[in-house]
This record gives sequence, structure tokens and C-alpha cells, in this order.
Amino acid sequence: MIVESLVFYMLAAVLLASAVMVISARNPVHSVLFLIFAFFVAAGLFVLLGAEFLAMTLVIVYVGAVAVLFMFVVMMLDVTAAELRRGVSRYLPLGAMIGLALLAELVMVMSRWGKPVALAKPDSPIPPVDQVTNAHAIGHVLYTQYVYLFQAAGVVLLIAMIGAIVLTLRGHSSTRRQNISDQVNRKTEDVVALRQVKTGEGI
Amino acid sequence: MADIITYLWPLIWILLGVVAIIVPVLLGVAYLTYYERKVMSAMQRRQGPALVGPFGLLQPIADGLKLLGKEWIIPSGANPVVFIFAPFLTFFLSLVAWAVIPFSAKLVLADINVGLLYLYAISSLGVYGLIMSGWASNSRYAFLGGLRSAAQMVSYEVSMGLIMVSVLLCVGSFNLSKIIDAQRTVWFAVPLFPMFITYFISILAETNRHPFDLPEGESEIVAGFFTEYSSMNFACFMLGEYANMIMMSGVACILFLGGWLPPFNFWIFAPYVQMVPGPIWFGIKIAALLFVFIWARATLPRYRYDQLMRLGWKVFLPLTLFWLILTASVLEIFGWLPKTGL
Repeated sequence: MIVESLVFYMLAAVLLASAVMVISARNPVHSVLFLIFAFFVAAGLFVLLGAEFLAMTLVIVYVGAVAVLFMFVVMMLDVTAAELRRGVSRYLPLGAMIGLALLAELVMVMSRWGKPVALAKPDSPIPPVDQVTNAHAIGHVLYTQYVYLFQAAGVVLLIAMIGAIVLTLRGHSSTRRQNISDQVNRKTEDVVALRQVKTGEGI
Repeated sequence: MADIITYLWPLIWILLGVVAIIVPVLLGVAYLTYYERKVMSAMQRRQGPALVGPFGLLQPIADGLKLLGKEWIIPSGANPVVFIFAPFLTFFLSLVAWAVIPFSAKLVLADINVGLLYLYAISSLGVYGLIMSGWASNSRYAFLGGLRSAAQMVSYEVSMGLIMVSVLLCVGSFNLSKIIDAQRTVWFAVPLFPMFITYFISILAETNRHPFDLPEGESEIVAGFFTEYSSMNFACFMLGEYANMIMMSGVACILFLGGWLPPFNFWIFAPYVQMVPGPIWFGIKIAALLFVFIWARATLPRYRYDQLMRLGWKVFLPLTLFWLILTASVLEIFGWLPKTGL
């Protein structure tokens, strides 16, 4: 147990340190890199909990996909630290309020402040960790008890995706597109003609 | 204190296992460069490396020593920390994936339940080495290379994930040993043949190899993301790329070619093929896939970038999605879904 708690405190300290660096780094790209590192260490914490499926999903979704696009945008924008700091005094109160609200919520959840949460009786009881793998346990709950919520989440994501496509789609553009089937169906006789040209006359 | 000592023995075993995996992998990387040069030279009717050692066998070692002796150059406009860190990240990620690869029934460093997801996560991290080096070099060529590689790898990961899911449907587990065990009757390359081909083309794109080597297309952007690198930094990139090729071929073997299972394991061949140990079969299959990597490099022209994106999003994604639904339907209709878990 000593080793486990040592690893936990190490990971937690690194996670907090990199989270602080995300907001205090001078270079925005460094901020994104620290954010990625924070995700990665959080995945480490999940592994420590025995939730390896969640850990891998966190790395694949957040680090492998979301943060890449983040980094893409930040690298392209060429924002400077000074520009970012300009609005700090204006937005600080609002940010602090949101932070405090989140902190209060966390404290309430952690200390079971108020009434104990009445957990809904699951239709399918969650089996102990040593009997089934993570992925099976999550799938069992997600696709039976919460199947409609799961589908609803999918629909929400689909709508968001369609919205993003509609916003960025530019119709009637003058760009020339390659039509592969047109190219494949082109025949020599349609486009190439052999002519006998007499000297000094031309076509 | 007793607690720490109980952790100590397994730790030593794990470290020995790590050494036992990394040393052959690095040797494999060194000789993959030799293999590539020899195969390409044979295809182009040349001799290839032939002067250092017998048949030029010591050429990779000579190349490595030469690179070690070169000067480290860090461009003045570069971001030094990220610049130095990026190649090491690439190299590290290409080695760390080997932890879950099973070499035979018992020979695996970490037989974790989410092995395939782990491999997918590691390969999706691979893009950071390239994108960081592209940004930190502070050079236009490197930056373009980094952006190209990021867009390319993110696009092809999607169809790779869907292909992995269709294999997972047939197995019912993320565990790599179980994926291999499920192929005892027939390798997945047979029932999922189109997926095998799609997967192979996707790993060509994922490892930035020909014909998808746009990130380092030398005719347009010098050397792409490693334009500014030299010496050991450069060597780390090269080692990482080649180790990644071997690793990706290994994953393709595990998913579709039965990993360490012997081929022709039936009728009169069975006793003979079973005499050869599993790791050797695994190595032979990886070498065969690597041959196709090199073959593609020697024969195919480079894709244009829009063609690359078209192939990824408009051809592979619908194809893999269709095949995933087809696999699921067939398994469900015939009642072949694996019975695992609850």
C-alpha cells in the first residue's frame, strides 16, 4: 500500500503542477503541452484506480484527438502572451466566481454534505472488479440501463457535428475539384486526335 | 518496509523483460534500414550497401556511429526544450508500445486487459513528436511537415479504430493474447480480408511511409518536420520511425495474421510448423509485412495531399463503417458473437 500511495501522491502532485502551468505558462503552445501532460497524468490516476478502460479512453479521446486539434489551432494563431493577459483584470472576478462555485460543488460531493445521495437501484448490479473486465462492466451498464441516455448523447454529438459542417461549408465555390470517376472514364479517342499536318500549313 | 521488498522482485523481473524486448527491437531497427536498402537496391538493380563488413552487414552500425559523432545543432530561433524533447518522445513512444505485444503464449511483458486500446492510445500519441518538432524548429518547412503529419495521422486513425472494432467484435476482448487465441481456426485476414488491406494502407499513412510520406516529402518541403535536426536528435527520429514501422506491422500481424501462431497448421504440415517456436513465426510475419512497406516505397509515386485526405475520409471511412456493420450483422444473425464477460 505504501508504494501505491506514493505513486498516487506523485501523480497527483505532477497533475496539479502541470495544471498550474497550463494557466501560468507564457507561451500558449507550452500551455497546450502542459494540458496534454495533465490529461496523461490523469489517465495514470485512472490506472491506479483499476479503471484501465477509462484511462485508455481518456488518452485516445482527449490526448489523441481533441488536444491535437487544440494544438493545431494554437500553433496557427500565433497569439502572444501579452495579448492573452490583456483582459485578465476584467475577467478575473467572473472566473474566480465560477471556480469557487465548482470548488463548493466538489466539496459538497466529497463530504456528502446535506442529504446522502439516494442512488437509483441499478437493474443490473455492477459486478466486482476482479470478476469482469472494466470494458465489460461499463458496457453492461451503458447499453442496458442507460441505453436511451447513451443514444441521446450520440444524437447531441451528431447535431453538433452537422452544425459545425454547416457553419464551415461554403457553397458555390470556384475551386476546381478532382472527379475520379470522370478521369477513369475518359477514353483516348474522346480527347486525343491524330492529325496529319502538311508542312507550312498548320491546322 | 516489507511492502517495498515484495514489490522489488517483480520490478527487477520487469526491468529484465524490458531489456530483453528493447535490445532485439533496436537491433531489428538497425537491420531494418539494412533490409530496406538491400531490398530497394535489388528492385532497382543496384548493389546496395556492400562495403562495410561481409555483405555490408555492419553498415547500419557504421551509420549509427557516424551520427553519434556529429555535432548537435539547435537553430537560434528554435524553442530549445521542445526541440530536443520531440525526437525523444517519438523514440520513447515507439518503444513503449512493445510492452503489451505477445511474442508467444507465455512471452508477454504486460498481458493487460485493454492491450489493444493501449496500442491505439500510444499510436495516437505518436503525432505529438512530429507536431512538436515542426513547431519548435521555427522553420516553415518543418512547420508544414508537422501540420501535414498531424492532419494525416488524425484522419487515418479514425478508420484504424473502426477496423480494430470489427476485429474486437469477432474476439470479444481487448486482450491481445485472446485476440491471437481466437484465430486458432482461421486467421482474421481471411474473413475480414478487405479490412486487412485497409488496415495495411492505413498503417502506411500512420507511419508516414510511402506513398503517404507527405510530412517529409523531400521534393516540396526538404525533409518536413526533421529538416532542422542533426546528429543524435535526427537519429532518434529515424529510430523512432523505423521502430514504429516494426511495431505497426506487429500489430497488423496480431490483428489479422494470427500473431505467433504458425501458418499451415493442419494436415501433415502441423507437426513440422509447430516445431518452430512462436516468436520466430511472429518475426517472419513482421518481416513479410515490412517487405511490403519497402516494396511500396520502391514502386509507388507519392500521393497528392487532397488525394490522401479523400482516400482517408471518403473511401476508407465509409468502407470500414460498412464492414463494421456487416460484421456485426453476420455475427448476430448466425449467433457467432463471442460469449465473454457477463
